[in-house]
Amino acid sequence: MSHHIVEAQDLHFTYPDGTEVLRGISFRITHGESVAIVGANGAGKSTLLLHLNGYLTATSGTIRIGDSPLLRENLKQVRRAVGLVFQDPDDQLFMPTVFDDVAFGPLNMGLPLTEVKTRVKAALETVGAWHLHDRPPYRLSGGEKRAVAIATVLSMSPDIMVMDEPSSNLDPKSRRVLINLLRGFTHTKIIATHDLDMILDLCHRTLVIREGRIIADGLTAEIMRDEELLASSSLEMPPSLRPCPVCGEVNQCRV
Amino acid sequence: MGKLEHHFYDIGYMDTLAGQDTAVHRLDPRAKLITTMIFIAVVVSFGKYEVSALIPFIFYPVFLLAAGNLPLAYILRRILLVSPFAILVGIFNPILDQNTFMMVGGLSITGGWVSFASILLRFTLTVGAAMTLVAVTGFNAVCMALDKLGAPRFFALQLLFLYRYLFVLVDEAVRMVRARSLRVFDGKGMNITAYGSLLGHLLLRTLNRAQRIHSAMWCRGFDGNIRIMKPFSFGRAEYVFMAGWISLFVAWRLVNFPLWLGAAVAEFMG
Repeated sequence: MSHHIVEAQDLHFTYPDGTEVLRGISFRITHGESVAIVGANGAGKSTLLLHLNGYLTATSGTIRIGDSPLLRENLKQVRRAVGLVFQDPDDQLFMPTVFDDVAFGPLNMGLPLTEVKTRVKAALETVGAWHLHDRPPYRLSGGEKRAVAIATVLSMSPDIMVMDEPSSNLDPKSRRVLINLLRGFTHTKIIATHDLDMILDLCHRTLVIREGRIIADGLTAEIMRDEELLASSSLEMPPSLRPCPVCGEVNQCRV
Repeated sequence: MGKLEHHFYDIGYMDTLAGQDTAVHRLDPRAKLITTMIFIAVVVSFGKYEVSALIPFIFYPVFLLAAGNLPLAYILRRILLVSPFAILVGIFNPILDQNTFMMVGGLSITGGWVSFASILLRFTLTVGAAMTLVAVTGFNAVCMALDKLGAPRFFALQLLFLYRYLFVLVDEAVRMVRARSLRVFDGKGMNITAYGSLLGHLLLRTLNRAQRIHSAMWCRGFDGNIRIMKPFSFGRAEYVFMAGWISLFVAWRLVNFPLWLGAAVAEFMG
């Protein structure tokens, strides 16, 4: 059974306090796709992401992961299949050491200890953070924390990686390292972000969300040139696509 | 304000210490937990004027400190930090209890002072033992041991989260107090209403963050069971450790060794 497909059908979600955040979201993301979710602050991006692994349950509408709808009975498999990287690594790293943190997921999956160790090592090596394995997470730099947060999800070997603002608060070099790392992943990727330049590098497809609805779903290269659409969602054309401020020349499309 | 922040990062240092790999670190957490609990029970069981018989008990925390490769100054600082509590408990004893307990070179020492000293000594011993226990075991492992020893799971989990969220709470508090103090001039804005709303916000923010951390744990398959890498195994080392220390505690409880030693030396000299 392939878990790599994510499908949402007419998702609606209202928080208990009455705030209606999702108002009918539908999309289908297939195996190996890399999709960006963009939109203004408060458009519903983070809420949508929390639906994808069943943390939040839609008021109405369905989510399908792979071949089966997301139900209470298969939550466990879905949690393993869909790895969610949170926006703030401080929320994600809560164990005493980096090693324990990365081992948290695999241990909860009930894997044998030797397998857990192998996975932790492999995940930390993938993100280039094995040397940090015995450090307490709160002593790491922002870039290191982010790398470890990604490793905590990788160690569960998910089929789908869902990331909330992975490049926020990173210095330019750490950001570049992250982009190269993500580009190397063969997982289905869903990335919510305001970093449109990163999307140009990573995602061929983009969903634009405004007030809980999808207002555009198409090729990143086209959406990023639609200034009217971007402006209506509090976004701006990424700098790399804008004309050069000195000579006025327009860059060649990179996607 | 930086001070408070510093103290709490300092508590996080406990986990770093617990990550070491010495013979006492390798012992099964249950063995250390049981031994330390018996230690505390025995120390607390002495009479209110007892000082000298308590002295040998210092060997247990000192042993953990040395064998566990823990920095003495750090643990002492931690004990000092919580000592106002014990001082407050005993500070009125010298005033309330004026009966002469003994005479030292013409100076009368009242029962109040002796019981105060006893409280301070007991406090140092028990808190010191508890701290060294956490520093050679790790808080998670202590909670895990409680769970395995049959304490209600609910209780063990509460403790675990209390510890985790302590850092979260302090982080939020430090940030809010910093933000406030940057906008306070000549003591204005330091009134009780400002503090009330500060506390209210702190609670709400902490709840929010706790919610996010919980969701992160949930996403990684947390189901209410604590799991750690180190497998628990009760072997010979654990039995030797427990039997050795517990029999020492019992012996020290039954025989006042400093007095006995003093008498023996006096007899030998005399």
